[in-house]
Amino acid sequence: MSVHPKLQPVVNEIAVDLIGVNKWYGGFHVLRDIHLSVKRGEKIVICGPSGSGKSTMIRCVNRLEEHQQGQIIVDGVELTKDLKRIDEVRREVGMVFQQFNLFPHLTVLENCTLAPIWVRKMPQKQAEEIAMHYLSRVRIPEQAHKYPGQLSGGQQQRVAIARSLCMFPKIMMFDEPTSALDPEMVKEVLETMVELAHEGMTMMCVTHEMNFARQIADRIVFMDRGEIVEINTPEEFFSNPQHERTKIFLGQILH
Amino acid sequence: MSQSDPKLNINSSVRQNVFVRQESIAARQPPIPTRGVLAWINDNLFATPLSGFVTLACIALVALVVPDLIRYLFIDAIWSAEDGVPCRVEGTGACWAFVERKLSFFVYGSYPREMVWRVNLTLLMGALLVGWLLIPRLPAKRLASVLFFIAYPVAGYWLAYGFEGVLPKVSTNLWGGVFVSLLVALVGIVMSLPIGIVLALGRRSHMPIVKFVSIVLIEFVRGVPLITVLFMANTMLPLFVPQELTPDRLLRPLIGVSIFTGAYTAETIRAGLQAMPKGQFEGAMSLGLSYWQMMRLIILPQALTMVIPGIVNSFISLFKDTTLVAVVGIFDFLRAIEVARLDPVWAGPSLSTTGYVFAALFYWVFCYSMSRYSQNLEARLAVGRRR
Ligand SMILES: Nc1ncnc2c1ncn2[C@@H]1O[C@H](COP(=O)(O)OP(=O)(O)OP(=O)(O)O)[C@@H](O)[C@H]1O
Ligand SMILES: [Mg+2]
Repeated sequence: MSVHPKLQPVVNEIAVDLIGVNKWYGGFHVLRDIHLSVKRGEKIVICGPSGSGKSTMIRCVNRLEEHQQGQIIVDGVELTKDLKRIDEVRREVGMVFQQFNLFPHLTVLENCTLAPIWVRKMPQKQAEEIAMHYLSRVRIPEQAHKYPGQLSGGQQQRVAIARSLCMFPKIMMFDEPTSALDPEMVKEVLETMVELAHEGMTMMCVTHEMNFARQIADRIVFMDRGEIVEINTPEEFFSNPQHERTKIFLGQILH
Repeated sequence: MSQSDPKLNINSSVRQNVFVRQESIAARQPPIPTRGVLAWINDNLFATPLSGFVTLACIALVALVVPDLIRYLFIDAIWSAEDGVPCRVEGTGACWAFVERKLSFFVYGSYPREMVWRVNLTLLMGALLVGWLLIPRLPAKRLASVLFFIAYPVAGYWLAYGFEGVLPKVSTNLWGGVFVSLLVALVGIVMSLPIGIVLALGRRSHMPIVKFVSIVLIEFVRGVPLITVLFMANTMLPLFVPQELTPDRLLRPLIGVSIFTGAYTAETIRAGLQAMPKGQFEGAMSLGLSYWQMMRLIILPQALTMVIPGIVNSFISLFKDTTLVAVVGIFDFLRAIEVARLDPVWAGPSLSTTGYVFAALFYWVFCYSMSRYSQNLEARLAVGRRR
């Protein structure tokens, strides 16, 4: 499909590989020696205290932020300053934001068809069919012709998920997708994400929804002060945390 | 809420601390407003002593000025005359006969009279195309854009200027009046938008040279008066290009006006870009849109919508500032009036007032239409922007 030669021609078992990644904001060391390999189909949940660098880390994966040291390889393509590669990676990586970031001047349907039409060069009709398919999947096909501002927060977030899925991403990233939502809307968004997980999507989620993490995560990554402190399976992570800082963090959020 | 409020007694249980609703309240129509003209006047004009005083003062001012104005402009005005003699009589009002007789000079300047149909046709085509573009109900906007932005300039140029062997050439020295004023305004408005967008994007660019050039251009042009820009365009443009390519004397102020308005528009647009939430850029980038796709499809449509009032404001200034092209020898509408009022056949005390009132009316009609249209446009675009 892609016209660019992949670095490794064999099918990649590793979807996202962060190797010794470091990043600074000015003098502030925000990511410190990050090593993390995400396998195809794997679901990673990233948690940690506020300001620990969770958002920064996943935003480096689609180059919304630039890392200064180390390697980030997404689906066999290493992220460098090369704009072609960055675009190639962004096409394959969907991202859902805390603030939805829908385009308010376009209808829900247009939000969903925009990238397939302009980036994937898909005919409009086909793009619309695909968009309707995913809007049905997130259970809001009837809202297709409304503007984002006319939907509830939960509905907007589901549109954002559908919009990403319309690009057929290989990897989906979520940055606290439910943090801006009222409690009764959190559930509908999480349900959508659980369904996505069950279909085998590779996922990296920053979230504080620990029940969700328990339910779908293959591994949980705990970050603090810019470093990965612990990576563990959900069972171990919750029942038998290893690191002192993990214990303190879990003590604070699970009562 | 006081205990004695009679409405609360209707359902005494409301007053208890614990309350469980037994029947739900059916939806009712909103109360019909029972307010008449007098109530409106009372609320809006005489709500407080101060507002009552202001209202009375305004009425007094209107009563003082309007009757004289009406007498001067209509009752005592001279509506038809062969020459300036009746207008010179003491106590007469505006000399509309002068405007009527000189109208074709006002509109066409010195364009040869037997060929003014060419100007008329050019203006008519322009008006139709602008109407087609601006009236939302009309279909096929894409076709209209192509016709207006590409076909019309070429056709208009051939028609007005002439085309080898088909239409005789009419030098731009002879062009003048309303025709030239509209031409300068239209070219300025149409060109300033792309110039403004490019400069605004350039100023925000991460490429140092692009950024530097944009800043220098914007700040330089904004730092000098339009007259200076016009003089510079007039004298300096010919220095930069080979002799045989020297831009036409009408083209030079067109370029000057476009760049001048473009620089102002750029700053307005930049304000709109600045106000765009970062999330819109990130949302677009995360979908894999390229920089230009992101700008064209996501950022600019929203940023431009946000700054419509500012952009139209600079268009309105531009429209009025077109009168300044007279300083580089362009015979615009206002200049035509000034020349006409010196005509010894008509010269008289009321001619200046008449001419300038007429000019004011002309500029006001166009500027006010732009202002109204932009309000209308804002309201229309606001529909999709509700957040
Ligand atoms: N553009 C920036 N410039 C400077 N510092 C920044 C910038 N963005 C983030 N930071 C800092 O980097 C650190 C990590 O930020 P990040 O947003 O990744 O944290 P987070 O783990 O996602 O936190 P939260 O749970 O609050 O979202 C924070 O201390 C933050 O203040
Ligand atoms: Mg964050």
